[in-house]
Amino acid sequence: MDQPNTDVIQGTLDLLILKTLSLQPMHGFGIARRVEDISRGVFKVNPGSLLVALQRLERQGWLDAEWRQTENARRAKFYTLTRAGRKQLDFETADWRRRANAVARLLSAEG
Amino acid sequence: MSIWRQLTRGLRTLARRGETDAELNDEVRDYLDRTTAANVARGMSRSAAHRAARLELGNPTVTQERVRNSGWEHGVETLIVDVRYGLRRLRSNPGFTAVSAITLALGVGATTVIFSAINPILFKSLPYPRADHILAVSDVSSGPVTFGTYREILQRSRSFDALAPFKPWQPTLEGGSEPERLNGQAVGSDFFRVLGVMPARGRAFTAAEDRSGGPRVIVISDALWHRRFGGDQAIVGHTITLDDDPWLVVGIMPPSFEDVTDAGADLWMPLQYKTVFTPDDREWGHHLRLIGRERAGVTLAAARADLNQIARAPRPDLPRVPWASLANGLRVESLQDQVADDVRPALLAVFSAVLVLLVIACVNVTNLLLARGAQRRGEFALRAALGAERGRLVRQLITESMLLSLFGGLLGILVAVAGLRAFVAVSPAGLPRVASMHLDGSALTFGLLLTTVIGLAVGVLPALHASRDDLQAGLQETSRRSVGEHHVTRRVLVVAEVALSLMLLVSAGLLLRSLQRVFAVDVGFDSSNLLTMQVQLTGPRYRQDDAKARFLDEALDAVRRVPGVTEAAFTQQLPLSGEFDVYGVHLERNSDPKDDGAALRYAVTPDYFTAMRIPLVRGRLLNAHDVAGQPRAALINQSFARSEFGADDPIGQRFRFGPDDGQWYTVVGVVGDVKQAIDALDSRKAVYITPSQWHWVDNLVSLVVRTRSASDASSMAPTVRGAIWSVDRNQPVVRVATMSTLVSTATAGRRFALVLFEVFGVAALVLAAVGIYGVLSGSVTERIREIGVRAAMGAAPTDILALILRQGMMLTAVGVALGLIGAAAATRGLVTMLFGVTRLDPPTYVGVVVLLFGVSAVACWMPAWRAARIDPSVTLRAE
Repeated sequence: MDQPNTDVIQGTLDLLILKTLSLQPMHGFGIARRVEDISRGVFKVNPGSLLVALQRLERQGWLDAEWRQTENARRAKFYTLTRAGRKQLDFETADWRRRANAVARLLSAEG
Repeated sequence: MSIWRQLTRGLRTLARRGETDAELNDEVRDYLDRTTAANVARGMSRSAAHRAARLELGNPTVTQERVRNSGWEHGVETLIVDVRYGLRRLRSNPGFTAVSAITLALGVGATTVIFSAINPILFKSLPYPRADHILAVSDVSSGPVTFGTYREILQRSRSFDALAPFKPWQPTLEGGSEPERLNGQAVGSDFFRVLGVMPARGRAFTAAEDRSGGPRVIVISDALWHRRFGGDQAIVGHTITLDDDPWLVVGIMPPSFEDVTDAGADLWMPLQYKTVFTPDDREWGHHLRLIGRERAGVTLAAARADLNQIARAPRPDLPRVPWASLANGLRVESLQDQVADDVRPALLAVFSAVLVLLVIACVNVTNLLLARGAQRRGEFALRAALGAERGRLVRQLITESMLLSLFGGLLGILVAVAGLRAFVAVSPAGLPRVASMHLDGSALTFGLLLTTVIGLAVGVLPALHASRDDLQAGLQETSRRSVGEHHVTRRVLVVAEVALSLMLLVSAGLLLRSLQRVFAVDVGFDSSNLLTMQVQLTGPRYRQDDAKARFLDEALDAVRRVPGVTEAAFTQQLPLSGEFDVYGVHLERNSDPKDDGAALRYAVTPDYFTAMRIPLVRGRLLNAHDVAGQPRAALINQSFARSEFGADDPIGQRFRFGPDDGQWYTVVGVVGDVKQAIDALDSRKAVYITPSQWHWVDNLVSLVVRTRSASDASSMAPTVRGAIWSVDRNQPVVRVATMSTLVSTATAGRRFALVLFEVFGVAALVLAAVGIYGVLSGSVTERIREIGVRAAMGAAPTDILALILRQGMMLTAVGVALGLIGAAAATRGLVTMLFGVTRLDPPTYVGVVVLLFGVSAVACWMPAWRAARIDPSVTLRAE
């Protein structure tokens, strides 16, 4: 490993999943890879946590899940963002921005 | 939406675990494959790529577990597993399961029975709409109120929507095979409005019907309607014959109607008192009870203040008589409280007792669970070693104790069904609201709640103990060298059991001694070989006093001719019967016109004293010359003579008794004191006169018949009744009882409480003995090696016997010491039920302590004997 990767910050995994799925439906592995890619390897998604989170979000009605054919006649469980999930994403995004700004202000105030 | 999903997904998982598992498995596998493929794409070799993927994903089984365990259905699955496992454990040890479940069943059953019995009396509201608005008003000085007082309250108070005075009424219903005396009430016209229940058919009384000389109208109960009139609808609007008079039935109460003011009441008539009356009229007699329904928005406190303000400030236009001056104020309470007042202390004591018993039962089961936990230490240690978390173990053990208490609880409900029937069957007459004692929803809820609490209570301690065990020691469980600290717990529990049993036994003992004292009371007459019955003179021909007197004479003659009868007499008030007929006394020598208190009135035929064997102390008895028209003669009892005349000779003194009609009673003799109520602490003043020298001749009189033998007294009732009917066939003869039956009826309440306490006490004693036995026997098993060593070192069997016995006796001694302190405090609640003994009665305490030590010695003996017979060569080799 060339640079240290960090486990996803507690509580942000849901946001990252929702965000990723807002771009396109995807299976678990795809979500994990996409998070790692976009964060340039800063975040590393633990597969176990990811699957637990997916089940939870699906039960909350924010995701739909279905088995789809993929390349080479393989099947994978694809997750799609529902309308409720999109709303939740908006909410969590706004919330995250608010917190991040607050933290940023605090940090800059010190200097 | 999301709750719906949660539910359906969870249920689907529960229903088709295999399918969801396979799906999850596929997903994890797919994830693994894709990771591997990605690694290969980055240039890794196939096997290295696979290894790296495994590394990243971790153990796929663990991952799957994590996902599986995240849903709510996982909790359900764990529960099912725990329940299954628990059931298996319980089944594998049927002896333990049976003993614990039965112990709990008895505890829960007994507690539920007592709860169902006291619930309607103490806690449930009366069976009327807005029952908390029904108040009972009584005169602080006298209890019952006068009609005059009622009328004044009715005119002046603004706290009530409706007020109703009432009194007992016992008419005789004719037309059946035998005349039947019914229990009824004469009530103010608003009686049913106060209670808030109206007749189901017909109507209630109108105000116009409730006046002196008003029409003869009645409302009857549903029970009477079915029993005597076959549920015939046409009865409303028809007349029936009561006391030789036609009465018009105007209404029938609904079947659900319960008259809590008189549980046996079957019919009601309007009170029909005069609106204009003089001090000598019955309207100024204290014989009415009064209930009222609060006006909306009036509180009990406000009603109380209102009535007492009225009591304090008489109004000139509503004059009062001296004996109803309301000088001590009016008592205002809810009807519920008034109904429960007399029995509340006893019921609360019994309920506390049964709760103590329940605690003992729980302690016993806890002890059994602890003992079993000790046996299962190996199992728990192994499971912990295999990765079971402590919380998981505790949860499993609590599930087991819950199952146990659930069995116990369900069994207990069965026990309660039978127990409540027995309770009602043996409950003393006068216990209010017996009709509403059944296992209803609230009793079942109570039982189940109790069961849940017990499941937790008995399970927590053993579960914590079992899960706290250290692995190392647990896994080497073949060695019994370590004495676990749970033995300390078990001993503490046994000590508690002994202490609680002592408290129960002391209470039972005090009640037993009280009852003995009651039976030892000198009632003042010879109660053996006495037959008693009540005769009611009804019908128009007995409206004349001389007709009544003639009937009494003729009836006595007829009864005396019955073979086996030695003496017979009439009295209008029978000792020990619960009757209480009291009139005011004014002595001639007290010029001050103040009251000289009240005395019991006995209008008796002259033979009464010889028939009852009441001794004449001085002067003469009443005789055949003391009749109407002659100077009025009276006998007084010794209490009267002592308190009013002291050392003076009472003979020849004169006094007024009852209504003032200008005539004096002259004391002609003094007779011995007789107890009117068996557990009255001291005798009251009493006056004896002949029936015809009283202001009127009573219609309801009691016959006392002395027979040659005790068996005659009970078997001769039909013959004696026949003799009375030979004089007049239409007079109902009721309440036939031997005097010994009256004695036992008078003590029924006491005996009932005693039986309950004795049952609870004995049960507690047995449980405590079992507890001591269990702990000692466990301890002998644990110390088998130590005892073996002692024996090998030369300890004689008697030494070892003493060692174990001492251990058991120490536990008992500590328990007894604590129990004595507890009993000294707890018997405070028993004071009202005691008679002739103090609550710290030394013989009771000594007796109970001796009993407890004796029983615990027996319980210790078995394990001690087993220890004494330990063969060192066997036990030492076994290690």
